[in-house]
Amino acid sequence: MKNGSWRSRLYMALVLLLMYLPIVVTAVYSFNANQSRFTFQFTGFSLQHYKALFQDTSGLLDALWQSLQLALYSCLISAALGTLGAVGMARRKFRLGGALEGLALLPAMTPEIIMAMGFLAVFTAAGLPFGMLTLVLAHVTFCVPYIYIVVKGRLAGMDPDLPNAARDLGASPARAFWTVTLPLILPGVLSGTLLAFAMSMDDFVISFFVTGPGTTTLPVKIYSSVRMGVSLQVNALSTLMLATVFLLTAALRLLRRRRAAQTT
Amino acid sequence: MKTNVRKKKDGALLLVAPMAIWTILFVVVTLGYILYLSFTTRAENGMGVTAQLTLDNYLKLLNPSYLKVLGNSLKLAAITTIICLLVGYPFGYLMAKASPRRRAILMLLVIVPFWTNALVRVYGWRILLMGDGPINVFLQTLGLIDKPLKLLNTFGAVVLGMVYALLPFMILPTYSSVEKMDWALVEASRDMGASPLRAFVTVTLPLTAPGVLAGCVLTFVPSIGLFFMSDLLGGANDVFLGNLINDQLLKSRDWPFAAALSVVMMLLTSLFLWLYRRAGGKAEDIAAL
Repeated sequence: MKNGSWRSRLYMALVLLLMYLPIVVTAVYSFNANQSRFTFQFTGFSLQHYKALFQDTSGLLDALWQSLQLALYSCLISAALGTLGAVGMARRKFRLGGALEGLALLPAMTPEIIMAMGFLAVFTAAGLPFGMLTLVLAHVTFCVPYIYIVVKGRLAGMDPDLPNAARDLGASPARAFWTVTLPLILPGVLSGTLLAFAMSMDDFVISFFVTGPGTTTLPVKIYSSVRMGVSLQVNALSTLMLATVFLLTAALRLLRRRRAAQTT
Repeated sequence: MKTNVRKKKDGALLLVAPMAIWTILFVVVTLGYILYLSFTTRAENGMGVTAQLTLDNYLKLLNPSYLKVLGNSLKLAAITTIICLLVGYPFGYLMAKASPRRRAILMLLVIVPFWTNALVRVYGWRILLMGDGPINVFLQTLGLIDKPLKLLNTFGAVVLGMVYALLPFMILPTYSSVEKMDWALVEASRDMGASPLRAFVTVTLPLTAPGVLAGCVLTFVPSIGLFFMSDLLGGANDVFLGNLINDQLLKSRDWPFAAALSVVMMLLTSLFLWLYRRAGGKAEDIAAL
């Protein structure tokens, strides 16, 4: 398969078409005037599902809000844990360091349903009230590995003598960390935190098991709304979210290109 | 020498401590508790467990109907992985060979859908496959079929959903391994008279094997556990390990049996990760995605 040949282009276009087909269909149906929960005939153009969404008749917006809160708490706590952990592990060889690293990364490699069942059982045994607290505890646990790995990679590319030089010049370990190490690894910390935020927002399986009365995350809410039939408000909300993602990405690219143009 | 002097005062232990404590509390205790639960007995009243240790939960797994679920899950995971490989490898390969500008756009196009919720994307397929959904309406308008095909609630629909959800996890690692590859080696083999196909099989494929391997693990492992896929796309007969654990936990409330199922799933996963490491893969390559 030679690059640029019409066959390879067609192939890639076809795969991308299949990738976007369900997304486009979801968006198109969000404008469907049909009210039924069980049929899908397209009966005409209407914005009624958007209107209903913003009046929050089905609680989707409330769930979105709770998901955003959860993702914020989880990514901040896991960013602190993972970053400090990676920096500490890089400073010195610990006797049990390899084992700790393996265990800390385990949640990222275990099928989600196993972690979910474990959290459900442990939180029940510990008598914790199911809700935002249990959600945050579970989400932080599966977010830490992503931060740890990204920061570790960033540290590997850093000159280890730089913080040492700061120490030799009389800086305390804490000061060397704040003024030398942290600024150097900051891009890694930020991208890891973003990744953790996205993972938390997207998680369904674990949230489904550790959520409690009064707390619903968006994926859990979506699951219960579409499991039995159709909810065009879900279509409306996902269309809006997708549009936001696309606009943000485009804006970011434009910004980066402009900055690149300025520096050259 | 200097590092020795500094060793005790570098505060490294203090930095690692929070993560270590968190890991012990929420990873070690959680997984250990599952292991413990799998040997307990279900309480008489059906709620909770008693600490009477037994192997019954594992013996129960030998029941043919549960063995069938296990076989189904492995079959689904294997089919998903193979299709992802067949579709994703050429895509990753072509993506790596595209011009840098086009490469960036393709990368974006592959990743962006994954910033929307997985459930929503599966739901999109649900709409497409419904009896009066777009695909059936389209085929009927063309006159290719008389009455709607049963597309939804089939094994095929589950496979489709799985492949769809996991394809990027095959594309991205193959892409990065093809991108890192030294093309001079391929050219050398061509110069020495190898046909394009032979050069691909003897040079390109072995060189990109680590990416392929990582991709296979990344698609195989999650596909054992994604229970919502068969809930939303599959029929009544499409019960997989993930659904079984889900049902045992929330409907039958047989926690010890659910724990035993989880332990089996964990062992299967570890087996694949172990094979992956034996073949020279790095754990971080997997977790990084």
